[in-house]
Amino acid sequence: MPEVLKAPLVVEFPFTRSLGPVQSAFLTGLRERVVLGVRTAGGRTLVPPVEYDPVTAEEIGDLVEVAPTGTVTTWAWNHEPRRGQPLDTPFAWVLVRLDGADTALLHALDAPGPDTVRTGMRVRVRWAAERSGAITDIACFEPYDGSATGEEPAVHSGEFADKVTGIVAQARLDYVYSPGRAQTGYIHALSGRRTVGERCPSCRKVYVPPRGACPTCGVATSEQVEVGPRGTVTTYCIVNIKAKNLDIEVPYVYAHIALDGADLALHGRIGGIPYDQVRMGLRVEPVWTPGARYPDHYRPTGEPDADYETYKELL
Amino acid sequence: MRPIRDIAVVAFAQTDHRRTSDELSEVEMLLPVLHQVLDATGLKAGDIGFTCSGSSDYLAGRAFSFTMALDGVGAWPPISESHVEMDGAWALYEAWTKLLTGDADTALVYGYGKSSPGSVRDVLTRQLDPYYLAPLWPDSVALAALQAQALIDAGETDEPALAGIAARSRASASANPHAQLRGPVDHGDHLVRPLRTGDCPPIGDGAAAVILAAGQRARDLCERPAWIRGIDHRIEAHGLGVRDLTDSPSTRLAAERAGAFERPVDTAELHAPFTSQEVVLRKALRLDDSVDVNPSGGALAANPVMAAGLVRIGEAATRIHRGASDRALAHATSGPCLQQNLVAVLEGDAR
Repeated sequence: MPEVLKAPLVVEFPFTRSLGPVQSAFLTGLRERVVLGVRTAGGRTLVPPVEYDPVTAEEIGDLVEVAPTGTVTTWAWNHEPRRGQPLDTPFAWVLVRLDGADTALLHALDAPGPDTVRTGMRVRVRWAAERSGAITDIACFEPYDGSATGEEPAVHSGEFADKVTGIVAQARLDYVYSPGRAQTGYIHALSGRRTVGERCPSCRKVYVPPRGACPTCGVATSEQVEVGPRGTVTTYCIVNIKAKNLDIEVPYVYAHIALDGADLALHGRIGGIPYDQVRMGLRVEPVWTPGARYPDHYRPTGEPDADYETYKELL
Repeated sequence: MRPIRDIAVVAFAQTDHRRTSDELSEVEMLLPVLHQVLDATGLKAGDIGFTCSGSSDYLAGRAFSFTMALDGVGAWPPISESHVEMDGAWALYEAWTKLLTGDADTALVYGYGKSSPGSVRDVLTRQLDPYYLAPLWPDSVALAALQAQALIDAGETDEPALAGIAARSRASASANPHAQLRGPVDHGDHLVRPLRTGDCPPIGDGAAAVILAAGQRARDLCERPAWIRGIDHRIEAHGLGVRDLTDSPSTRLAAERAGAFERPVDTAELHAPFTSQEVVLRKALRLDDSVDVNPSGGALAANPVMAAGLVRIGEAATRIHRGASDRALAHATSGPCLQQNLVAVLEGDAR
């Protein structure tokens, strides 16, 4: 088989998320260097606070202020920090029970090495220099030599000026995409300006582009069949809104094109004809630009239109 | 309580799990196992009453990848079908409930995952609480390491004991031709202390498929069906800091509801991707040394994400099919630090 194709693929999605009243107070509090917890009906103080009691599912909202100091309940030494993590030098992941809280918060602990970290050690919040109302307003924790005062956490109204009501959660994941056997063959053929599909051994239909399986019969396809280059417009639409990062003048026509010999229509842009003259049955051929690995668009061949009966099964 | 309908696993197949499968698309990886389970039962794609799958688009970074996988099941004319964005074990649970209703007598269940295109440690951070956890990018190994340290602090295990679990698992896997890590494997350096590379599962691609059948249909399709005597799944709070990471009450409750404690099992296939998680599960499931735990090598030998839980059910069922087990427990997990757990109890007819 030909060399397997691979290409980098970056998926980025900045989700905008709204906050409930408790999360809003907590994250705004971090911006103001105040750590808030929430009290459950059972008298426990949850930090980080949640909107609903994790045991009873009851809506909760009685806020208290806990200390920025606490105790490590478990830890793990991360000698190779990864992208996006709180510190770019080796650090310990820690669960920290802040003084006054009954539950633990996950964050990073900046410590010289694993030998200096232990469960039960005392730590305090190191605030980020610039704070926006996010969990990253805590830059990390750092070792602290004071003991807990044992004071009950004080009731807090949760009121702040200019409360944060949402966060933008940035996410980026990097992949190396490989299209698999059938599509690799298809793409290799395209680079030689040939369109190659695969025939189903059971129903004998030719699929273009091939995906390695017949979607009707559920069996593997492998017999390669060259189709086209000419084909028939089976249906089309007129695009009136410019797509981001796409340098094509609107309006233009995007069509389903059944290449001669194919039993599945592929899609492509129709050019070389005014958009309002494109029609079902129009005969087209691919237009290649130098160096391109796929047709830039399809244009009319000048042949008479195909009879509807010849392509109605491909709609 | 016995289920209202007798439903069994009648066939199971899995791929050889490998670090990469660049030359195959997801459906190309999946097709052979679908055909293996169909061939084993003599069923054709169109004979199946209900189809259910488990996978995640995030793994390979392909939106709606599960719809592409449907090319492999012959979804025309339209079939009765469903998908869960979870391990295939939960797809099996859905298929089991569908068969319980009497709407279908057979079901095809599959799960697949290609971890090789991306970085699975980072991908899995996207399943975490988006407000308090995901912005910190705590990766799957880091979270498992926090759980392992909690176990060590509690005196429930230590690093040599964890290494022993790793060695035993991979030794067992030497008899499993599908496993990715087999035989002696260097326990390695700390990845995130206290976990070493040997405490962590291999990263790889793979797929698995199961056929379920009800009542007499199951007896017709399989010489010794693996009857699902009970199956249940339970979830814990998402906040790691509110959980006792050294215990798994969700596993214990699911096992109770599945009837696991009514009689001893002879075999247990546990979905414990990290050595330390086996410690938690053995305790929650009250497994003593009389039970053969992970004869397949478990997830430490092959961990195709989104299929590894279904593989546990399939491995347990296969042992019943061939008479190596009479009563087996299968477990699947999802989420960080064993957040959500499924337990199934399988039995063969008396011989």
